Amino acid sequence: MTRSTLLAVSTIAALIAGSGFIAAGAAPISYTLPDETAAFKPGANVEVVKNNCTACHSSDYVQTQPRGPKFTKDFWQAEVTKMIKVYGAPIDDADAGKIVDYLTANY
Amino acid sequence: MLDRRELIKRAGMAALGAATSLGSVSAFARDTVTLPFDNGERPLVKYPQKRPMIGLTSRPPQLETPFAVFNDGAITPNNAFFVRYHLADVPLNIDPDTFTLEIKGKVDRPLKLSLKEIKKLSAVEIVAVNQCSGNSRGLFNPRVAGGQLGNGAMGNARWRGVPLKAVLEMAGVQTGAKQVTFNGMDGPVSDKTPDFVKALDLDHARDGEVMLAYGMNGDDLPVLNGFPLRLVVPGYYGTYWVKHLNEITVIDSVLDNFWMKTAYRIPDNSCNCLEPGTAPKSTIPINRFTVRSFITSVADGAKLKRGGTTLKGIAFDGGKGIKEVAVSTDGGKTWMPAKLGKDLGKYSFREWKLPVKLEAGAHELKVRATNNAGDVQPMDPLWNPAGYLRNVVETVRVTAA
Repeated sequence: MTRSTLLAVSTIAALIAGSGFIAAGAAPISYTLPDETAAFKPGANVEVVKNNCTACHSSDYVQTQPRGPKFTKDFWQAEVTKMIKVYGAPIDDADAGKIVDYLTANY
Repeated sequence: MLDRRELIKRAGMAALGAATSLGSVSAFARDTVTLPFDNGERPLVKYPQKRPMIGLTSRPPQLETPFAVFNDGAITPNNAFFVRYHLADVPLNIDPDTFTLEIKGKVDRPLKLSLKEIKKLSAVEIVAVNQCSGNSRGLFNPRVAGGQLGNGAMGNARWRGVPLKAVLEMAGVQTGAKQVTFNGMDGPVSDKTPDFVKALDLDHARDGEVMLAYGMNGDDLPVLNGFPLRLVVPGYYGTYWVKHLNEITVIDSVLDNFWMKTAYRIPDNSCNCLEPGTAPKSTIPINRFTVRSFITSVADGAKLKRGGTTLKGIAFDGGKGIKEVAVSTDGGKTWMPAKLGKDLGKYSFREWKLPVKLEAGAHELKVRATNNAGDVQPMDPLWNPAGYLRNVVETVRVTAA
């Protein structure tokens, strides 16, 4: 190995060790986000949920919401409506109902 | 983990200067933390350029700072600074050589500035807290929808850049201009989703303090904190601190997109609060931080040795500066003034400490800050439906033995 390659290896090793940002001069930055680990719980209509929701966000957006009597069907209906009306999610009416049912049953 | 071949391939790339690759660290949940509210279990996740952080969501990424970090000093390290995106098209390949910032709209001379040109302008530095509007939302009672954060969606850094005012002067703001809007390279996955664009009133935008920052604590901005350029709006909630900032537009109206008109609004009354469970009659855009303080040296539920110990923590507000921090070891019956640490500026965390004596038994420790305008933290939490502005006097319960 040449000396410059060795230096580069140690640079990468430092990155792997998570020791922080390595000044890169003017080189383009290429950043890789870690893979997702969270997944929707298995249940009726989970495929409909995956098909309609995961294009824009990971399942932890759902998983981390509060629980309890205020966070049942009306809450999930409002969230799905917001996704359609505010964020422009292309969810058809039949799927919207299934998504609300799935979220109410599982979260 | 990378295997040896992958390592060498990357090394080759770096040696050629082709790219700096930040990633492919197998990033996973080595551990979890449980935030102090129902459904508060979170993975500790490892992202490039970051130490293990509390993972709220993975796409788009939202990472919270583990609270113990705030005990290490007034400055939050770049690799521990919180991350908050709204939309999943996060810019992952950024070339600082070709990056440009566009300034357009109601200006005499529309500009396109390269990063190099921006860095040639006279630089300023400011130490300022950035805090997510929804910081501490998970602690609301009754609970509200949204990102369920503990207290770690805040951080304090020394930002370096150029005053927005200087760049607006170069462009020449036209008569009749009302607001300045800010857009970054991040965007929605679907073109039906409103792009994240925020606005400041013109007078605020050219107050000389609002900054286009390329430096953070002596380094470049981490990618997930807005590399290569972000807006810094001292004293204001993070929603205005647009990351990957590449488009500034001067407008002669008031921006009425979703992110200004519907989201990030607080009740329009003197406390910006409501009776829990009710809806506001009218709202205004969220703006300056409320005054807050924290004990950082002991965690809730800690077991301490009885006798003398020094409590320490941080306080901050929206820019008046911290006047006084008081500490109670008896649940708020009596208060003692803490000694304030070095003043890093009115927008910074201010450290405090206080030696106390704890007899054997249970103790409720409380901390309460007052700013230079006389604003003081409330003993009971204020509520609003979006879960913003939390600033109740914090309580840490410990047992001495």
